[in-house]
Amino acid sequence: MDAAATYSPAQFIAVFAIAAAGFALGPLALAWLWAKKFSPQKPGPTKNAIYECGLESKGDAWVQFRSEYYLYGIIFLVFDVETIFLLPFAVAFGGLSVGAFLAMMVFLLLLAEGLVWAWTKGVLTWK
Amino acid sequence: MANGQRARLVIRHSSFVIFLMDEGLRNELQKQGIYTVKLEELYNWGRKNSVWPLSFGLACCAIEMMAASMARWDLARFGAEVFRPSPRQADLMIVAGTVTKKMTPQVVRLFNQMPEPKYVIAMGACAISGGPFKQGYNVLKGIDRFIPVDVHIPGCPPRPEALLHAFMTLQKKIDEQKLTGPNRARHCDPDAPSEFPIPQFGEHDLVPPSNPNVWKPAVVVRG
Repeated sequence: MDAAATYSPAQFIAVFAIAAAGFALGPLALAWLWAKKFSPQKPGPTKNAIYECGLESKGDAWVQFRSEYYLYGIIFLVFDVETIFLLPFAVAFGGLSVGAFLAMMVFLLLLAEGLVWAWTKGVLTWK
Repeated sequence: MANGQRARLVIRHSSFVIFLMDEGLRNELQKQGIYTVKLEELYNWGRKNSVWPLSFGLACCAIEMMAASMARWDLARFGAEVFRPSPRQADLMIVAGTVTKKMTPQVVRLFNQMPEPKYVIAMGACAISGGPFKQGYNVLKGIDRFIPVDVHIPGCPPRPEALLHAFMTLQKKIDEQKLTGPNRARHCDPDAPSEFPIPQFGEHDLVPPSNPNVWKPAVVVRG
C-alpha cells in the first residue's frame, strides 16, 4: 500500500481548501497591511459621495409611482397568463378528460370576467 | 528601518527572502551575481505598469486619446488600456480637451473622487492653458489652476505619440516616488490633501478663479 492511499480524500480537499483561501485572503491581508504602513486613508465629503459622474446628486430617490398603474398590471396579467396556459391547453386538447376541460373553462371564465370588468371600466379605450 | 537600513527583497535561485540590508552589502552581493531590489522599487514598478485612466474626454483631444488606446498606438503596452468608467477605480485623469468654466467643478469633483495614488495628464493646449480660447470668457486657462497636474502635453491636438510620451514621462515620475521620508509621494503623506476645493460657477468667473495652493505661476519681474 502506497503512502497516498492511507489518506482519505477529505484530507486532500481540506488542504486544497486552505490553500485556496490563502491565495484569496493573502493578497487582501498584504494590501491591508501595506495601506496601514504606507498609505494613509484620506476620506472626504466629495470622495464619500454616492454619485460618481462629477455632478452632485439632487432631490430624493424615494419617488412615488402613480397608483393607477394597477390597471395595466391587471390587463397584462389577463392576456399574458391566458397565452401561457392556452397554448399547452390547445396542444393537449385531444387527450383531455371532461373534468380537465371544465376546469380550464372555469379558469378562462375568470380571466374573461376580468377583461369584461376592465372593458366596462373604460381601461381599454386609448386616451 | 532605522540607521539608513531599508527592507530589501532578495531574489536568488528563485527563492524570495526579505531582510534588512545596506547599500554596501547590496553592491557586494551584486558583484557575486545576486541582485536585490528595494520594496519601494518593486512597488513603484508595479504601479507604473498598471496605470488605469479614467474614461473621460472633453473635446477633440479625446479622439486622439481614443486613437492612442487602439491597435495602431496600443496604450496596452504601458499597462494603461483599462479605461475605467468610474473615478473610484481610476489612477489617472487625462484631461483631454477644452475645460470650460461650467465644466471645471465637475472635473475637480471627479478628481476628488479618485482614490490615491492619483495622477493627472493635461492633454492639449486647452487643458494646459486655455489654448485658442485663452482670451475668451468661458474657458478655463489651464486645469492646473485647480488640480495638481503631473504631465503637461502641448499640441492642438497632440498626436497619440505625444500622449504615449506623456505616459512614459508619468511612468518615470511614478518610478522616482518615495514611500517614506520628507520628500515622499502625496499619497504616502498623511498631511497632504487628497481632495481639492471645488470652485463654484459664479456670475462672471469661477469662484475662486484659482486655487493658490495648487497654482503657483512664476512671477515675471520686469525692468
